[in-house]
Order: sequence, then structure tokens, then C-alpha cells
Amino acid sequence: MNTPFLSVRDLRVAFSTEDGVVRAVDGLSFDLAQGSTLGIVGESGSGKSVTSMAILGLHDREHTDVDGEILLDGKDLLTATERELERLRGNTMSMIFQDALASLSPFHTVGRQIGETYRKHTGASRHEARARSVEMLRRVGIPQPDLRVDDYPHQFSGGMRQRAMIAMALVCDPQLLIADEPTTALDVTVQAQIMDLLKDLQQEFGTAIVFITHDLGVIANIADDVLVMYGGRCVERGTRNQVLRTPQHPYTWGLLGSMPSLDGPVDVPLSPIPGLPPSLLNPPSGCRFHPRCAFAEKVHGGLCATDSPPLEINGGGRGTACHLTAEQRRDFFVDYATPQPN
Amino acid sequence: MSGTDPLLDVTGLTKHFPVRGGFPVRRAVGAVQAVDGLDLRVAEGESLGLVGESGCGKSTTGRLITRLLEPTAGKITYAGQDITHASRRELAPVRSEIQMIFQDPYASLNPRHTVGKIVSGPMEVNGIDPKGGRETRVRELLEIVGLNPEHYNRFPHEFSGGQRQRIGVARALALQPRLIVADEPVSALDVSIQAQVVNLLQTLQRDLGIAFVFIAHDLAIVRHFSQRVAVMYLGRIVETADRDDLYENPRHPYTRALLSAVPEATASDTPSRTRVRLTGDVPSPLNPPSGCRFRTRCWKATERCASEVPALVRVGGNGAGHLTACHYPETGDGAPKSGQEESALSGYFAP
Repeated sequence: MNTPFLSVRDLRVAFSTEDGVVRAVDGLSFDLAQGSTLGIVGESGSGKSVTSMAILGLHDREHTDVDGEILLDGKDLLTATERELERLRGNTMSMIFQDALASLSPFHTVGRQIGETYRKHTGASRHEARARSVEMLRRVGIPQPDLRVDDYPHQFSGGMRQRAMIAMALVCDPQLLIADEPTTALDVTVQAQIMDLLKDLQQEFGTAIVFITHDLGVIANIADDVLVMYGGRCVERGTRNQVLRTPQHPYTWGLLGSMPSLDGPVDVPLSPIPGLPPSLLNPPSGCRFHPRCAFAEKVHGGLCATDSPPLEINGGGRGTACHLTAEQRRDFFVDYATPQPN
Repeated sequence: MSGTDPLLDVTGLTKHFPVRGGFPVRRAVGAVQAVDGLDLRVAEGESLGLVGESGCGKSTTGRLITRLLEPTAGKITYAGQDITHASRRELAPVRSEIQMIFQDPYASLNPRHTVGKIVSGPMEVNGIDPKGGRETRVRELLEIVGLNPEHYNRFPHEFSGGQRQRIGVARALALQPRLIVADEPVSALDVSIQAQVVNLLQTLQRDLGIAFVFIAHDLAIVRHFSQRVAVMYLGRIVETADRDDLYENPRHPYTRALLSAVPEATASDTPSRTRVRLTGDVPSPLNPPSGCRFRTRCWKATERCASEVPALVRVGGNGAGHLTACHYPETGDGAPKSGQEESALSGYFAP
């Protein structure tokens, strides 16, 4: 295997708040090769957005402790100066945010906002930047880009704003794109368009994408590798097919069991995960999922409540952080995956 | 369903919001045609799913049914009584039977009121004193929705999103309603919590026999919850059918496109549905396209679609309850029939 383009090692992010220290990310590691997509799944508060902010160095440095290693093409981003980061952001790495309306400035035209990044990194003239903006809008599928380039964000629909954001993120042909819930606010037909667009652009330019979402359906559609986060830790990782077809962690089972499908059996109640996501101010001891886990009592010696299970990774990058034995998991998953008649 | 009167019968329901402009007198310069000629029926104890993308008028429909908005035209009949333009006084007894669950569990509960006050609110407004007192009833309700009755005196901020939504459900149940309009009741919640609330609503529908109008944009959740489904596009119903019929055999091109756009967590490289990719966005309801409103994004549209509004009718080969508003409905195998044949059929089955 060639060296990964992005390599995150034992990332830890903690915020100090009035109520105490919040450990939002607690020992996260992953690799991402050029031209491939890593999907990070998790519910609110699992630390997935914090991870992306830490990679880009967008966290509030005064109140945030970041530990570990983030290597982008061999360069450690955590030790980089703000000036170095500025050169990388928008150029080598860029980001698409969830809420396009909040992330675009209402006072400037879409074209100017796209061109600004381009001018900063290439030193292009106003005229060149405008031409580049038009080209980018065309590339992301905005009709009549030479007219729409002078529009303000409020004149765009939700899907078009998201496209404009993508255009802005891709204006310097970045090698790493971090997409944080880029389709969550969109309707399904538009979401499908945006995902197709990202896939096309990735094929064309070989961009590495970190795709953050809570929707396993979206993951199934776009990711090569999947990382499931819970309470600031990775609980399971593997290729898309491994994680979705033969999930190993009880939390992943729970996520899949919570989702109604378009084809599965109907009139079978969903099997939700009981309880609530953990508070990161005062996380549960041991495995952070154990208070909600139906299988914690099957583990000998009550290990789940005392010891945090390590993420055991085999050669293929497949890993699970759970105290259950492989045999137990196989048996329980079969039970779990078979729908129970009401 | 046939033979008995439906609990809720809506015909030709229309809501236009005037848009004002100009100076010094702000005249109506146009209208947002949020809902335009909608027909719906909900039987006693039945759950009707109302799906569509943002701006299609599904929430407006919910607010019209509950009479939170005044319809521009059309007729709403509830349990045989015409409530389209009923006065506040006439509505009072009906209002206790039709309740609503809102989308945002943070905005729909008064932060200054305790859970007890929130849930007993409907009883207070309607002057209802249940046996054993209101407090006992509220504790019962909290237990039904899976909350600890001891939390009677707590405030909404002490609860998580999923628990708040349960408080909203308890409030809706306070008056023993026959119909609940649930407007995106789970879309603001995390996946694992969504499933908890959906299961709760399903138990209520089954055990208490409450009819539901379940408004959502998530097709998988609607499939899970509803017996019948109506698909809306730009203020109109384009297709309505029994659940299995609609999901297995969609006849309207929009329904087909919508279903094929839902990403499924199956990790299969060959999607179960042929992908139909729509281009562009939903047109503005201020100035909707003539004829069929979907024609601007439809791959089958012809001149006829621009001139003639397709009626919501039964199409050949469908079950009795399967209605489609399209000049060139899908045949199920993806290959469109010739327009001639279809129009002959739809003429035949038109009421």
C-alpha cells in the first residue's frame, strides 16, 4: 500500500467549558488515500464535526486542546503555523459545510465569494477570477452561470447554494475535501444530484473526500471506507461492504435496526437503541456504549463497565472496539438481524 | 373503507397566500399557491402518510386540516360535519378531537411551563376535568409515552430532544383525540431516537385506534408508519395508493424519481430501483407551470402536459385506491407506453 494522503493518529480534542472539560474526540486514527472517500457516521455529539474542524485547524485555539498527529501529505497540521494553514486551506484542503445559507456571505455576490479564494491562492486578477467562478458554477451544474455569477446567495435555491459552496470549495482543485453533512438540509432528489456531482468531480480530479453524515444510506452510496463514531471514539471501521453487510459492533447493529427501509419487511417494529447518547462532560466508564448496549451483560466479569475496549485492527483495516468475542458477535448479529414478528 | 364515511374528507382544498407589494397601498400582486385543489380521505383509525419535498404544501395541508389556517377554497368534512369555515365556537368540540404534533420539539413547548402544565394545557383550555383529577391523568399520559411520571414538575430544558417530542405526544393525547396530524414528528431527532418515537406513535395508533395524518419527507419512515400514502408536488397530490401498491408499483414519474433518489443502506452495487435522476429544482409556487406542475422536470413531458391538467384518476391495472395524476403514467417495467393508449385508458377510468 502506498502512503496515505491524510493520516490521523490518536487524535484527541478537548474543550474547556464552564462545566468542565468536554472530550469531544478521544483517540481517533484513520488513513485516507488519494481519490478515495471515507465516510464518518455518528449521531449528534459523537465528535464527527469536531474532527473535521481539527483537521482544518478551524477550532478555537484558546479553549481547545488538540493532541495527536494529523499528517497531510506528510506534513503535520497540528504543529503548522496559522500562516502555513492559511496557505493550505482553500487550496490543498477545503471544506463544505452543512448550512449553505449560513456559510455564504449575504453581502457579496456568489461569484465574488468563489473568486476570492482563487485570487488569494493564485494571485489571479479580478477578471481571471470571475472567469474561473463562471467555469466553476458551470462545472457544478448551475444553469446560465455567466448570469448567475452576479447573483447574491438569497437569489439561489437551497440546492443551488449547496452547489455554489461546492464550487467554492473546489475552486483551487483541492486534494482533500471535507464534507460535513453536505446534503442533510436538502431534499432527496437534490441530495442525489449533489452526491452524483461529488462522485463525478472525485473521478475527474482524484480528490480525497472525508464525508461526514448521520445517514447510513448516504454512506452506502458514496463511501469506500466507513468509520462509525460513538461518544468521541471510533467503535467500528472497515470497507463499506464490511460495515454495512457484516457489522460487528452492537452500536452499528442498533443504527441499522433503527432505520426503516424501502424494501424490508413492513409491520415489524423498528429496533431502536434504548436510552440517550452519552454526555461527553461526564462520559460513561469503560465502553461508552455499555449503558445502552443489550449485550453488555454477556461479557464475562462486567468488563464493559470498567475497561474501554481497544480498537483491534486487522491487516485489511477492519476493526471493532468491543469486548464481545468474534463468535458471540456472529451469533448475536444473526439474532439481531432477523426481524422479530410483533 | 368503502361503505362507511371517512373520518376526514377533504375535497378541492386550496390555500393561496397573497403576496403584497407596491407603494403607498400594498396591493396583492400575486399569490403563493401553496395548496391547490387537494382531495384527501382518512378513515377512522387509519394512518395516511403525506410525503413530498420542501415547499410542496404538506405542512400547509396539515395546518388547514387542523384549521390553524383558513382555506381559500374547498371543503373539509370531519365526522360528517363541515368544518371548512366553522367559527371558533363551532370548532371547539372538534378541536379536542383533532390534535397536532409539531416538528421542532424545542420550539413547540413553552420553556416557562412545567411538563405538568404543558400536558394538562389542553384539558384546561377545554375545561375538562377527568376522573381523579388532571394531575393523575397527566401522570398516566407521561407513562403512556414512556416518560417518568415523577418528572411532572420538570421544565422542558431538562429533557433531551426525543423526550421533548414525547411530551408533545402526551399533550396531543390529553383529550383522547380521534385524529392526530403529525407534522415531521421525528425529522429533528437522531436516528436511534427517531426509531423510539416512531415505535411509540405506531403503538398509539394500533392500541388506541387513533387516525393519523403523518406528514414527512422521509419515504422510508412513511412506508413504515402509514397504511395509505399520498405524494404531493407543488401543492397538488400526484399519486395516492395503499402503501405496498405505491412503493412497489409507483405510477407517477415523480413518485418513481423520489423513490429512486432515496439512498439505501444496503451496500449493494446494483440498486434495487432503476435510478431516475431529476434535474433542476422545484419551480416557485408563486408562478407554477401550467398544466401538470411536474412537467418542467419530467422526462416524459409533451405539449399536452403543458396545456392540460392531469386529473387524479385510477389508471389501468391498478387497485381501486390507487390514483395517479399523470397523462403518461409509468407501467412498472420502466418502459413508457404510447401516449395514445394511456390517454384512452385514463379516459375510461375517469369518474
